[in-house]
Amino acid sequence: MESALSPVRAAQHRARSNYRTRQIVNRVMLALCGLAALIAVIPLVWILGYVVQRGVGALSLDFFTQLPTPVGVPGGGILNAIVGSAIVVGIACAISIPVSLTAAFYVYARPNTLLGTLIRFSTDVLSGVPSIIMGIFAYTVFVLTQGHFSALSGGFALAIIMTPIVLRTTEEMLKLVPKTLRDGSLALGAADWRTALNVLLPAAMSGVITGIMLGIARVAGEAAPMLFTAFGNPFFSTALDQPIATLPHQIYVYAISPYRDWQDKAWATALVLIALVMGLEIIARGVASWQERKLRGR
Amino acid sequence: MMSHEQVQVLPPALSMRSVQKDAAPSPKMLVRNMNFYYGSFRALADINLEFPENQITAIIGPSGCGKSTLLRTLDRMNDLVPHARVEGEILLDGENIYAPNMDVVSVRRRVGMVFQRPNPFPKSIYDNVIYGPRLLGIRDKKVLDEIVEKSLRGSALWDEVKDKLHESGLALSGGQQQRLCIARMIAVEPEVVLMDEPCSALDPVATIKIEDLMRDLRNNYTIIIVTHNMQQAARVSDYTAMMMMRPDRAGEMIEFNKTRQIFTNPQDKRTEDYVTGRFG
Repeated sequence: MESALSPVRAAQHRARSNYRTRQIVNRVMLALCGLAALIAVIPLVWILGYVVQRGVGALSLDFFTQLPTPVGVPGGGILNAIVGSAIVVGIACAISIPVSLTAAFYVYARPNTLLGTLIRFSTDVLSGVPSIIMGIFAYTVFVLTQGHFSALSGGFALAIIMTPIVLRTTEEMLKLVPKTLRDGSLALGAADWRTALNVLLPAAMSGVITGIMLGIARVAGEAAPMLFTAFGNPFFSTALDQPIATLPHQIYVYAISPYRDWQDKAWATALVLIALVMGLEIIARGVASWQERKLRGR
Repeated sequence: MMSHEQVQVLPPALSMRSVQKDAAPSPKMLVRNMNFYYGSFRALADINLEFPENQITAIIGPSGCGKSTLLRTLDRMNDLVPHARVEGEILLDGENIYAPNMDVVSVRRRVGMVFQRPNPFPKSIYDNVIYGPRLLGIRDKKVLDEIVEKSLRGSALWDEVKDKLHESGLALSGGQQQRLCIARMIAVEPEVVLMDEPCSALDPVATIKIEDLMRDLRNNYTIIIVTHNMQQAARVSDYTAMMMMRPDRAGEMIEFNKTRQIFTNPQDKRTEDYVTGRFG
């Protein structure tokens, strides 16, 4: 009778008796995964906590509304750097977003053409190039030819850094849109560009916004290219063709100074930068998920 | 408020049909010596077929015999497939849709398509329906409102959605979504309607609704449907084309006739085996 048992059935019987062992192994593995996740989060929480602890003391309303004071003069703020960062990142977005979105559509629609392959390859290379190189490049193209540092050259450098990120995320998000949606639109007699604009982009929107946010978060914290381009400015300026203060550059200036008072301000500025980027991220995510819910009908 | 307009869109051939009762209606689409290739692989071989005007033609056959490929050549959806190539002619009202000077976009506006899985756009019901008319440049809100009502009535969906036109099309059930896709297609008033297994993702109740709808649409449109379901072909179609895969894996058309003939008195042994369920 026993001999009638097939090897598979026999294995099933054995497995049934190993139930407890399996259960324990399962729990241990799950615990290990949880531990790894915890380890991955620790640096983030640590950095955040540390920046808050060091920076929160120097924060005040004045810090957001005043201009920097010379060494030794108490008070003062980073209004110029907040506005400057907004301007430079804004320029970067204005250049980068239209270019990367349209290029992403091209790569999506014609992935195997020479140009499509070229774009994908060069964005991969570009995203690996250190940001300081972009700074030097923008310096050569803009600053040297114009003879002075400017907000515009800073925005240009950041746009080059941002483009590969936004382009590749957008392309990946477009690939996730079901092909049947594209077919549905084309079958109604929509031209390619109409389909892209009216169906693909809305369907991929939340992912595209995530890509843009990733790009902004990345470039908003870039200090190295700013040294060669926006240069920094102790005064309030909104002129695009003049040097301009930015948050990461301000952190750099404060942090390398030998003055205690400035070092505290470096921490506070870092805190402001992190908070602004996170705030922007939360708002964008909120808008994206609200829109998504509306489209999906809850 | 809409019946008048619907009468106007009736093609002239309808009246002709009642005169010559037994003769086959004039073909709306004609496939002549058509070969279809994916790269060097021949997927369809020597297809000759006619689709009579204002009739429902079913394309049946075992899996992989090229039914969907054939259907997609009829509105040039295969243009999207890299290395796809068509030889021969496909005539729509006597004009070759693969002629070099033929505009793909206008072909697709005259030949609409309903897909296997419902694919409403992630937009409101209203915006789904007016998507095509908007592409045609219709901007007048009143006209668009009328198109929405007419199309949704035409796809037997109006009563179920008239109070929630501005809710997402994706919130509807599968059968409703498919009828929304039909409404979206008839909103551009095509002449030919292609349906690629339109009920395969639907439950029996929704399937019956779509089939009823097809019988209604038949008055205004030439309908071509691909189906795996032989009962469905027998129930709804006037004509049936039977396809098979040849040993070299190319799809071929082995029999075309009135549906009643195909199911009761098939000429080809393979058709008989297939429709009686002996294989496939």
